Amino acid sequence: MLELQNINKYYNPGTINEMCLFDNFSLSVNKGEFVSVVGSNGSGKTSMLNIICGSIDIDGGKILINDKNITRMKEFERNKVIGRVYQNPSMGTCPTMTILENMSIADNKGKTFGLGRGTNKARINFYKEQLKQLNLGLEDKLNIKVGSLSGGQRQAMALLMATMTPIDFLILDEHTAALDPKTADLIMELTDKVVKEKNLTTIMVTHNLRYAIEYGNRLIMMHQGNAILDKNAVEKAETKVEDILKMFNQISIECGN
Amino acid sequence: MGIIIGVLEQGLIYGVMALGIYITYKILDFPDLTVDGSFPMGAAVTAALLTKGVNPYLALLVSFLAGAVAGICTGLIHVKLKVRDLLSGIIMMTALYSINLRITGKANVPIFSNETVLENSVVNSVFAKIPVFQNLIVALIIALVVKFLLDAYLKTKSGYLLRAVGDNENLVTSLAKDQGRVKIIGLAIANAMVALGGSVMCQQQRFFEVSMGTGTMVIGLASVIIGTNIFKNTKIKPTTAVLIGSIIYKGCVAFAIWRGLKATDMKLITSALFLIIIVVTMDRKRKVKGNA
Ligand SMILES: Nc1ncnc2c1ncn2[C@@H]1O[C@H](COP(=O)(O)OP(=O)(O)OP(=O)(O)O)[C@@H](O)[C@H]1O
Ligand SMILES: [Mg+2]
Repeated sequence: MLELQNINKYYNPGTINEMCLFDNFSLSVNKGEFVSVVGSNGSGKTSMLNIICGSIDIDGGKILINDKNITRMKEFERNKVIGRVYQNPSMGTCPTMTILENMSIADNKGKTFGLGRGTNKARINFYKEQLKQLNLGLEDKLNIKVGSLSGGQRQAMALLMATMTPIDFLILDEHTAALDPKTADLIMELTDKVVKEKNLTTIMVTHNLRYAIEYGNRLIMMHQGNAILDKNAVEKAETKVEDILKMFNQISIECGN
Repeated sequence: MGIIIGVLEQGLIYGVMALGIYITYKILDFPDLTVDGSFPMGAAVTAALLTKGVNPYLALLVSFLAGAVAGICTGLIHVKLKVRDLLSGIIMMTALYSINLRITGKANVPIFSNETVLENSVVNSVFAKIPVFQNLIVALIIALVVKFLLDAYLKTKSGYLLRAVGDNENLVTSLAKDQGRVKIIGLAIANAMVALGGSVMCQQQRFFEVSMGTGTMVIGLASVIIGTNIFKNTKIKPTTAVLIGSIIYKGCVAFAIWRGLKATDMKLITSALFLIIIVVTMDRKRKVKGNA
């Protein structure tokens, strides 16, 4: 169970650009829930994920994981149980290291990084199988530097790397936005598969309304730092893409544009 | 002939130091000026120990450790006190100047001891037939040992993490590792190697001089940039390339002096060469930052 309680977040406090993004924002996500989050640009989706993961500080409120207060816990400590894929494809991989080396470090998450061999040869076949699922031919390019892959290929690898070791939470920020439609579909299926296999509690931000509807068992729409819509599995099953689109239009009419 | 041997010898000794700078500049992406203090620190420690009759190999080890401590201090200033990378190095570099004087007690220390890592009874007997090449071969062995140890380290899990932190520190955080700690470890190893280079240098030239570290960063960086650019698209390992880069750099300096520039023009030659190298290679790096 993941809880945000009465979160306050200001950007640029004390300057003329001061902006209050979250004012008493609360959200709780139950174990095993797969939440799709939609919302217009700048509605606070990425900021919410950053707050959960500890990438940015908050000005008030509490963050709890399984009733344990983690508000003061450092980002890297929280990451022991969190896997994350970012909006930006280059955030999840190391460009000057090879595919094999990237897979190897991801595989070692949660263990000590000592003076043992960086790459465990016995695991290479496992890495190849993992990469094969992506259908991008990466399994034949193990010794190529990740920096020479396309953004989409990197993003696909980032998903594999984020979910390779045992974790409890998966945080996805528009992780298919950089992919072509076919690869995006494939990565979404793969995402759904790992989420089910590992029973991960997942929050997925997406601008693809079809994915938001099709995947997951809860739907949230963000607007100006609030969850203005929160549908549970049953309500979500009856929701169509058009309904969400309508909501989007309504919001922009209210905002006067 | 003598000049060539001198260039090779100096190039290899400075190469050990350049390998340290390779870690900070190329792997950590941290322009670390501490080296201008940790290189002479290795020499200061060595001078102090050798004049007391301590074993020269032990002096290498102690210098290495002293350099590591200097690197850790820079790392702590940067990571814990959140001082910018360049400034952290400058702070340590300045502090080390006085610390080095404390270690030796004076600004100039000649070494009269017969025992150095380059010249001692054992080594002398091995090279009895070819004394001209003695220093060169010992320097080569030291440089290669350091290079191979570094290569091996970079292939360990800890080494992978070090490479990752310079590449994409965000990924290290994702792996639930404290990226600040990884940086500190990297700075420790780098400065340890730089101090080791300083120790060998001191044993080779048989004196310590408090300002011998000025320009270490520039010389090391020049070697790294020359080496890694020449062998960019080849199978040659960057660590090997750095050693060769260091020899080429020393060659350029020797050439400039041979063409009539005075030894007192040294720093001018250094900076002019460095400028040329940077402009020719346009060495720049991109980096991933932020959480967007
Ligand atoms: N580092 C920052 N400094 C100042 N303001 C910020 C910062 N990060 C985000 N903001 C502001 O907070 C608001 C929410 O940004 P956020 O990135 O969370 O939006 P988002 O919902 O992820 O949008 P998108 O769909 O475009 O990714 C925006 O108005 C943005 O300008
Ligand atoms: Mg966003």
